[in-house]
Amino acid sequence: MAPATGPTGTPTRLDEGAGTRAGVGDSPLRPDGTLKVTGDFAYSSDMWHEDMLWGCTLRSPHAHAEIRSIDTGEALRQPGVHAVLTFDDLPAATTHYGLEIQDTPVLAHGRVRHHGEPVALVAADHPETARRAAAKIKVEYEELPVVHDEASALGEGAPLLHPDRDDLPQGPPASSGPGGTPSAPHVPHPNIVHRQPIVRGDAEAAAGRADVIVTGEYEVGMQDQAFLGPESGLAVPAEDGGVDLYIATQWLHSDLRQIAPVLGLPEEKVRMTLSGVGGAFGGREDLSMQIHACLLALRTGKPVKIVYNRFESFFGHVHRHPATLWYEHGATRDGKLTHMRCRIVLDGGAYASASPAVVGNASSHAAGPYVVDDVDIEALALYTNNPPCGAMRGFGAVQACFAYEAQMDKLAAELDMDPVDFRQRNAMSRGSLMPTGQPVDAPAPVAELLRRVKARPLPMEAQWESVGGETDVRALPGGLSNTTHGEGVVRGVGYAVGIKNVCYSEGFDDYSTARVRLEVVGGEPVALVHTAMAEVGQGGITVHTQIARTELGVTQVTLHPADTRVGSAGSTSASRQTYMTGGAVKHVCELVREKVLRRGRELFGTHHPAWATAELLLEGGKVVTDGGEVLASLVDVLGEEAVEAEDEWRHRATAPFDLETGQGFGHVQYSFAAHRAVVEVDTELGLVKVVELACAQDVGKAMNPQAVVGQIHGGTTQGLGLAVMEEIVVDPAAKVRNPSFTDYLIPTIADTPTIPVDVLELADEHAPYGLRGAGEAPTLSSTPAVMAAIRAATGRALPRVPVRPEHIVEV
Amino acid sequence: MRVTFTVNGRRHEADDVWEGESLLYVLRERMGLPGSKNACEQGECGSCTVRLDGEPVCACLVAAGQAEGREVVTVEGLAAYAKEREGSARTGDLAPVQQAFLDAGAVQCGFCTPGLLVAADELIERNPQPSDADIREALSGNLCRCTGYEKIMDAVRLAAARTDDGAPEVV
Repeated sequence: MAPATGPTGTPTRLDEGAGTRAGVGDSPLRPDGTLKVTGDFAYSSDMWHEDMLWGCTLRSPHAHAEIRSIDTGEALRQPGVHAVLTFDDLPAATTHYGLEIQDTPVLAHGRVRHHGEPVALVAADHPETARRAAAKIKVEYEELPVVHDEASALGEGAPLLHPDRDDLPQGPPASSGPGGTPSAPHVPHPNIVHRQPIVRGDAEAAAGRADVIVTGEYEVGMQDQAFLGPESGLAVPAEDGGVDLYIATQWLHSDLRQIAPVLGLPEEKVRMTLSGVGGAFGGREDLSMQIHACLLALRTGKPVKIVYNRFESFFGHVHRHPATLWYEHGATRDGKLTHMRCRIVLDGGAYASASPAVVGNASSHAAGPYVVDDVDIEALALYTNNPPCGAMRGFGAVQACFAYEAQMDKLAAELDMDPVDFRQRNAMSRGSLMPTGQPVDAPAPVAELLRRVKARPLPMEAQWESVGGETDVRALPGGLSNTTHGEGVVRGVGYAVGIKNVCYSEGFDDYSTARVRLEVVGGEPVALVHTAMAEVGQGGITVHTQIARTELGVTQVTLHPADTRVGSAGSTSASRQTYMTGGAVKHVCELVREKVLRRGRELFGTHHPAWATAELLLEGGKVVTDGGEVLASLVDVLGEEAVEAEDEWRHRATAPFDLETGQGFGHVQYSFAAHRAVVEVDTELGLVKVVELACAQDVGKAMNPQAVVGQIHGGTTQGLGLAVMEEIVVDPAAKVRNPSFTDYLIPTIADTPTIPVDVLELADEHAPYGLRGAGEAPTLSSTPAVMAAIRAATGRALPRVPVRPEHIVEV
Repeated sequence: MRVTFTVNGRRHEADDVWEGESLLYVLRERMGLPGSKNACEQGECGSCTVRLDGEPVCACLVAAGQAEGREVVTVEGLAAYAKEREGSARTGDLAPVQQAFLDAGAVQCGFCTPGLLVAADELIERNPQPSDADIREALSGNLCRCTGYEKIMDAVRLAAARTDDGAPEVV
């Protein structure tokens, strides 16, 4: 059964460190950097096996339809085709999967619920053969009416997406919902995935104290993660009836937990190894082709590779939830917030994915980084026939930030106050309470971040005018389209600030695992670090080498490939990996250090009294006292022995939000960033040029200054994309209209401005090294800052992102 | 069909190539050169950028048969290509753009990197002292989703400065 030779492109150990002592706070080169610039770094799509087959997925052309019949006969008869699978071929009783709610069929069963849903699989000896065979599968559909927004999802007689949903709590329902289905406070209707109200104080009474009240309805379009490395992987059947899967993912163990039951295999027979990951941004939290490749490999007895192209990738992963947000804020004449009320409706699409957690995040961050004691918040996610939505960088907090920051500008204008000054008057600080009642018990430099971006000098005016008086159209809105030489171009400046939680929340048992081994290799002490952390580009592996050097006093660090032979690292999401797997590596290095020192005391304790009395450290390959006296070299202490430790490490516990009031210690840590955007708008054509997008962010501790600034640049640019260009267009029939990089635009280098970054390091004493998760916060405030600048340039309300030329010129 | 062309100075041959296969597919799946990347296969992202008789092209949009008898340079051959261009002046195993991308922190996930390196190397070859606007224009066909391009700008400026100086500095 199993192939005789192994695959090419399997990850290898990364040896780092000869010649560098770079520890925590330094910016050493990436351990995978050389491989990445020479083309030798193997991504999941680069995996290759001598006799491998290619898998292909047949997807639904309809958003909602009953499957009457599937005829695979002709497809199976094509030369070169080895297998065609449908739902009926699934080998185990478990046929569905999901991150939180197992509502997603591996292959459609009787009904398709969204455009692009997987219906059948083909394995063939060439990708084109597989594609052509898939086109010969005859599926008879009967289209059903679609549910595509709140009105159609919750209206009288609305078709239910999951009439038999079994994720509701056991016991008597709070009331009886439509169709006799049970209903609970967090699921008032079966087409609502999850709902979270948050009520604190008395918003109604506080509204009476307001001198001004502003309201607004805002809309956020469906953004795509658009990671560049499409979904891909290689499944290799093994002698023991199991499977080896090489895959790009954000969380190996979460995949494993979902894959194994569907294959009917125990988890130990599904061995997963992380291949090179071409970006993620939330889009690899859910499974894509993992189970499909394993099913085909197990069925054919041959290695199977699946690689999505960009078109399929748009259907292969969840997107950022589109949202409609209604907000009301009040303030007194002297610029103090009195209250806020809001209602956030997120479109979760056909399957649950991460919707419940996104709802928790949207609601708990709905008030932003502001002190407001009287709040009345409701957030919910719908089931519709639109594409499934789930995790994307910023995770519910992005949508809220766009709305509350627009509200802050409206209030400032109403009060005739400077928008930054108004924000600073209401800015949260250490000790402030979240709407959930949770105190922010770490530095919260909201006012300071705003001060810093505002204090920065403004970029030069009219940069398109060169010294010789020539016009460089590349610096103008419209660029090389040569649409203006400056006429009709108006500059605008806008500000925004945001708050984002770090790590998993609401009582989730969030942990990471590390295994560290210290031994002498070639006369040098070497630390081997093994975790299951998904390196998706963020630079977590670089930080692991730095932590190992700092904690163990070595230069040489070897990184073991990430796989499921070590315990879970949790997800590379929620800005959590430096905190969590960094924290686990630190913790386990400390365990290794204790073992080394114990061994040193046994061997050499009688040689020097300091072994018993002093605080001992590992530095420069030696055991030293805190006074700097050298007691022994690590080489002598270790000898032929390897010292190894493995452990799980947890952040402090959180608690669920109360289902009715939303109160609770729900989040571990908060992260803050502020932006100032400078834009130039061609007010006649509605074209926008973002000239500069300055960011200030508190990162607690810059573990790797170069990498953390890189995160801030990247997050800022994704926020810019949401502001002015990025949207998956879904038509009223719930079909995706633009699944390509021709029609779904992400910022190019020509669209992206300079991004000056100001990094603050105010330690959070709860976190390892005082660090603060950094990846997401800059994605939040970037979008509303750009929009505030466009509003300033045009005087238009612009309540929707992405903004389009027709919104700006209102044709 | 059979295709024969030169890749990174070496003659490569592939048999039983289906006429619809792209140069990118043949490089990646038949010639064991997966360095050029497949991010869109629609000619929009630039991650498969290679030199075809010196011209930067999206390998996904070139039919493999069109490469017959021609010279292809991919990221795997970039260091040797740059070395040959610059003669013996240069030391080190990497092309100046490759070293600069590493030093500047221009690599995150790295999926766009091979295409960007080929494009940036071609820019500096053609325009040894590009302005920022020149860099942005030349690289506007190469999408990156991780870096926000700031450190890519830094890297190209650095590579140009080092190339202009005749030899890369040791950082």
